[in-house]
Amino acid sequence: MREQIEGSQAIARVVGMCRPQVVCAYPITPQTHIVESLGLQVKRGDITGCEFINVESEFAALSVLIGASAAGSRTYTATASQGLLYMTEAVYNAAGMGLPIVMTVANRAVGAPINIWNDHSDSMALRDSGWVQLHAADNQEAVDLHIQAFRLAEQLSVPVMVCVDGFALTHAVEEIDIPGQDQVDAFLPPFVARQRLDPAAPLTIGSMVGPDAFTEVRYLAHQRLRRATDLVPAIAAEFAGVFGRSRPGLLETYRAEGAETLVVAQGSVTGTLFDVIDDLRDSGVPIGAVVVTAYRPFPAVLSPTCCRGPLEWSSWTGRWRRGPAGSWRPTSARLCDRAPRARRSSPGSVADP
Amino acid sequence: MFQVRIHGRGGQGAVTAAEILSVAAFLDGHHAQAFPSFGSERMGAPVVAFCRIDQRPIRSHDPVVAADGIVVQDATLLHEVDLFAGLQPDGFVLINSARSAEDLGVADLAVGMPPGHLLTLPATSLALERTGRAVANTALLGGLAALSGVVSLASITEAIRRRFPGEAGRANAALAGDAAGYVDTLKEELSRA
Repeated sequence: MREQIEGSQAIARVVGMCRPQVVCAYPITPQTHIVESLGLQVKRGDITGCEFINVESEFAALSVLIGASAAGSRTYTATASQGLLYMTEAVYNAAGMGLPIVMTVANRAVGAPINIWNDHSDSMALRDSGWVQLHAADNQEAVDLHIQAFRLAEQLSVPVMVCVDGFALTHAVEEIDIPGQDQVDAFLPPFVARQRLDPAAPLTIGSMVGPDAFTEVRYLAHQRLRRATDLVPAIAAEFAGVFGRSRPGLLETYRAEGAETLVVAQGSVTGTLFDVIDDLRDSGVPIGAVVVTAYRPFPAVLSPTCCRGPLEWSSWTGRWRRGPAGSWRPTSARLCDRAPRARRSSPGSVADP
Repeated sequence: MFQVRIHGRGGQGAVTAAEILSVAAFLDGHHAQAFPSFGSERMGAPVVAFCRIDQRPIRSHDPVVAADGIVVQDATLLHEVDLFAGLQPDGFVLINSARSAEDLGVADLAVGMPPGHLLTLPATSLALERTGRAVANTALLGGLAALSGVVSLASITEAIRRRFPGEAGRANAALAGDAAGYVDTLKEELSRA
């Protein structure tokens, strides 16, 4: 049903519909509305069979979920900025152990200087940790991606981050189509762990590995993550069948036909970008956009495309002219006639017009 | 698209007002979007909230720069913050004050606007009378509905009742009605003058 609702409240509602069994989080702006709402839902009994655990830090929050997930529970948390960095060690462990945890990152700049506003520095810092990273362009997509994230995580045994721009989306009150519980249940079956800690049938998860096997295990993790490039669009197609809304999953193009310039972007800035592209197209400028939804695994299809100027939305230092979003460019530069350039951009501006 | 900027101070309900306005527009069958501009705001610090209303789905999530409607919840902001930046030529301004625009030193702004597009509304006094609380945000929403016609008063009062269930909602809905009546009377007087 279509409702005029805040992004955070909508996300919390659908996460509740996904029937998590353990939610554990530590509050940090701009993630707070999401976990406050989930805490309330658990307390009211709106989410049955769910335990909401208060802890002293983000590191503890994800560590609790690692234990809960290893014991066979569907698990969820949310964080942002410094909070995500504080849980870094556990972020790597969750991925290495193949635990299907779903986490919302309400993307926020990393201090200093302290800044509660949106950029992508937080999740970018963990782009190679082995999690799937999906970026929502708007609040409808944020809602829809969370439902798909549980499916993806559990089908593949990898953790999934759903990246939602702090304030720009989390605090925006907008028209959002909230699905019914029956639809979510039809799409997302109960979680059955591939392996789980059980005193009656003991096993070890995350055991010590020496140099003889470490690289091999990491290689397998890499291959598993790459399988998501097939699975993300497949799950998106199945989602469309149940919910009647279709988004391609890995990446999306906008007015790309005949474009001489394609702006690559991700997150909430894409809405403004589409408006600008419409204006420029009206005045005859052949421009379009590529919106990257799956940043990890990065959609391989983009590499051989000659695109210009990713709209960087994270602050970085120490690397000349190129931030994390532009890091795929060495590959594409070899394949393009004209070496593309990345440029740091400010909010609302179009890089390399 | 009709874009609104609500200026207030932390604690005056600017963010809630923008949210209620967006819900009212939604109830009227429009597309709408509301969002706050938070810094490390605290009680009393200048706060801005935005609302967009359109017949088409709204894609941009940028702050409102070109404003069709500006609501000033606290007249002490008038010469402290650049409240009227980007005000459109046919835009509307509603200031919470018992004083006139001349008294407040904003008569120059009114000169460049269509007659009756800039009004002052004693919203805090109306709020004290109706609810016993000096929170003027719902009164200003009723005033804005009457001033601009961008949303209906019926939807404003319904959105208020949904946001504040029970007696608080009923009182604030009535307050919005009071304010709309006040603005309607002002507009009538202006059209006769």
